Amino acid sequence: MNSEVVLEARGITKHFPGILANDHIDFDLRKGEIHALLGENGAGKTTLMNILYGLYQPDAGELYVKGRRFTTHHPSESIRAGIGMVHQHFMLVPVFTVAENIMLGAEISRYGIVNHRYAEEKIRRLSKEYGLAVEPTALVKDLPVGVQQRVEIVKALYRQADILILDEPTAVLTPQEVEELFIVMRRLVERGKSIVFITHKLKEVMAVVDRITVLRRGRVVGSTVPAKTDEMQLAEMMVGRKVILQVEKGLAHPGQLVLQVEDLVVEDDRGATVVDHLSLEVCSGEILGIAGVQGNGQTELVEALSGLREAVSGQVIFGDQDMTRKSPRRRIETGLSHIPEDRRKHGLVLTFPVADNLMLCTYYKPPFAKGIVLQEAIIEEQAQKLVQQFDIRTPSIFVPTEKLSGGNQQKVIVAREFSRPVTLLLASQPTRGLDVGSIEYIHQKVIEMRDEGAAVLLVSAELDEIMALSDRIAVMYKGKIVATMTAAAATREELGLLMAGGTVAGEEAPPTAINA
Amino acid sequence: MAEQTVNDQEGQDSDQQKESLPSQLLQEIAIPILAVFTALVLGAIVIYAAGGNPILAFQGLAEGAFGSKQALSETLVWSSPYIFAGLAVALAFKGGLFNIGAEGQLAAGAIVGAWVGYALPGVLGVNIPTPLHIFLELGLGSLAGFIWGAIPGWLKAKTGGHEVINTIMMNYIALLLSSFLLNGPMKDRSPYNVIAQTPEITASARIPRIFAGYRLHWGVVLALLMAILVWWLLWKTTVGFEIRSVGSNPNASRYAGINITWIMVLTMGLSGLLAGLAGAVEVAGLNYYHTFSFNVGYGFDSIAVALLGKNHPLGVVLAALLFGAMRNGATRMQFLTQVPVDIISVIQALILLFVAADAIVRWVYHVKAPREELVLTRGWGH
Repeated sequence: MNSEVVLEARGITKHFPGILANDHIDFDLRKGEIHALLGENGAGKTTLMNILYGLYQPDAGELYVKGRRFTTHHPSESIRAGIGMVHQHFMLVPVFTVAENIMLGAEISRYGIVNHRYAEEKIRRLSKEYGLAVEPTALVKDLPVGVQQRVEIVKALYRQADILILDEPTAVLTPQEVEELFIVMRRLVERGKSIVFITHKLKEVMAVVDRITVLRRGRVVGSTVPAKTDEMQLAEMMVGRKVILQVEKGLAHPGQLVLQVEDLVVEDDRGATVVDHLSLEVCSGEILGIAGVQGNGQTELVEALSGLREAVSGQVIFGDQDMTRKSPRRRIETGLSHIPEDRRKHGLVLTFPVADNLMLCTYYKPPFAKGIVLQEAIIEEQAQKLVQQFDIRTPSIFVPTEKLSGGNQQKVIVAREFSRPVTLLLASQPTRGLDVGSIEYIHQKVIEMRDEGAAVLLVSAELDEIMALSDRIAVMYKGKIVATMTAAAATREELGLLMAGGTVAGEEAPPTAINA
Repeated sequence: MAEQTVNDQEGQDSDQQKESLPSQLLQEIAIPILAVFTALVLGAIVIYAAGGNPILAFQGLAEGAFGSKQALSETLVWSSPYIFAGLAVALAFKGGLFNIGAEGQLAAGAIVGAWVGYALPGVLGVNIPTPLHIFLELGLGSLAGFIWGAIPGWLKAKTGGHEVINTIMMNYIALLLSSFLLNGPMKDRSPYNVIAQTPEITASARIPRIFAGYRLHWGVVLALLMAILVWWLLWKTTVGFEIRSVGSNPNASRYAGINITWIMVLTMGLSGLLAGLAGAVEVAGLNYYHTFSFNVGYGFDSIAVALLGKNHPLGVVLAALLFGAMRNGATRMQFLTQVPVDIISVIQALILLFVAADAIVRWVYHVKAPREELVLTRGWGH
């Protein structure tokens, strides 16, 4: 392997109020390698990359690109130095075409007229060379997430980047898309590009990278190569203690029927039927996992169950109460807890302090309010208690929640939703974008809830998560439940096939048989 | 050893937290102060360019605003409608709504307040005792403002119709309706009156003055009490929690079970109530009648007051005092230096410009504060 160092960071240090995000970090990237930067949320990975990309200035330390001292104050300088970044949240204009998005900011024009032809040809050339299939004239809003990500990569290549920073690129992808991304990444390094791969997913690291650097609490705790390590060891390095990768759970003891969904029909924002005459049942003390590729109506199903979206027809029954037309608050008061799919959009008021977000669903009730007067002392006391009990890492309960890392934001939601009596828990992508430590923690808590008698409906795009947590698994495809089975009887292959719309011979176990 | 380091780090962290508090406050007020300063400097240049002496002009302005007990009293009197209406706009901003309709709500409050003031005793055929009469006058006046604000709030919540458009429409309706009423049914019929104004309100409907010989009235105190009440409402009550929550993230608010339709209507209603009170208090405490020329743009200036005050009740009071002082001092400035009072409008417009486009101020003075996003209004529809 070529061992020329193309990017080097020496002693990078960065303070934020209350947090030392990067503490004398040394890191190097060689030409033609994929180097994983592994760490929990809040370990300082993204901060380090934002420094490389010119979004933040380091307090101390130096950067070298291809052996030369490099200072950057703006992403445009980093781009000129050949550094390209693919952000976790894509920076694309949905109503523009692929070509327009890629050109944006680097348009080739003549007398103010943009030369689309030239750009489209260049994009076709790049996409062929690296195996990144994208159609330049397609509108970005019509593309699946995996393809949008490819557009981002092509965008970096179009700007002649030879150092690519991929920030949590697999967080939003389906398993198949992840496979495709890995093939692309290998192809890129074969052609002389170098990649920094930021992630917290151990399996992926083992599968695709050449070297691994692990960060914890702003410091480098070690560097290694996949051949000399395993997932257990990496997890321990990341978290700083032994981690149980397998979820431990006892047998389910299903009790009475808690959630009954009868012939439910729900439409999405555009009026298309996305939940199509769906029925399901969840009993107390069991976890029903909904497996399915994203976009098969799971989001709308959960929204209809929590009262955020109106059902077109059908019934949603909690216990013996018909909730189909009831408000979200009515449902919460009958014992619904909900971990929403999009924590920033639905789960939190990010500008509010942590304490207020912990009370977001109960602020109006005694003892947190007397009449309309908020009881601040009691709210703060309760918030302190939850912060400790759920190990939320925050400088104080008065810090705006947006300052917390993703994992800790999710813990705020979990703490809030689990701190009141729960009869039904809707957990939608509860661990998306979280690190090993937080995932372990949230999984344990969900199982605790089950053992305390809550009915749990789990929706997740991660098949591993569904298989690890569920007692029963329902596969959702195009708005319908196409199969239900006990978790013990389910295999990855079978589920994968059902999720893709296939059928399994001899399938269709009657749901009643499973409850028995 | 290891534990020690952890403890040290935590100690350091909390120290940083403490240190950043005063500096945060400084950053909060730095931009408004620099904006005012810059506007005054540019105002001075304008005065100079027009052939005036800026130093004399500002001296006259300060004298007119603060130079005597009489001047101070007048400054407070001028500030009162700015406080009420500034609070109105700030409250709506906190709820994520841009109320451009303070002008119309103020007109609605003034006209209803005036009617209660001069006509209600006659209609009822009794003499109403002073406290009750004032209470009815201000109560019904602010109720009119509440309704005038709640209508666009309801339209926004139910139909997605944008409150900016609808409050502007409501302004036209209120002002034209005022014009009709003041020229027609409510016009003072006495033979000496030729302009569009109501009869004087009865003595029982007049808010008492605080000191004999000064126009300073208890309505000004009511304005300050309202500032405290708004602060208390926003930060100490469940209703305020809901208003701020809907203002920051309506999606999460809905998820949390907050009835956002009701909160939007209530926010706009309360905003209108405060603006309506501004109108009613001016009639009951100062003018004792309502005239069409009263609609001089308090409602629009109050947007600048709210922004300059960073939508915080205390900030609004300070900004309102500044605006009141400038309006009041302007007459003396013109008398002393022949600089026209209109220069004050120029300076106020510049203040609004620099507060709204704070990037200019940051750039000029190299203020590197973490940019706080000023959400004036959210997208069309939802």
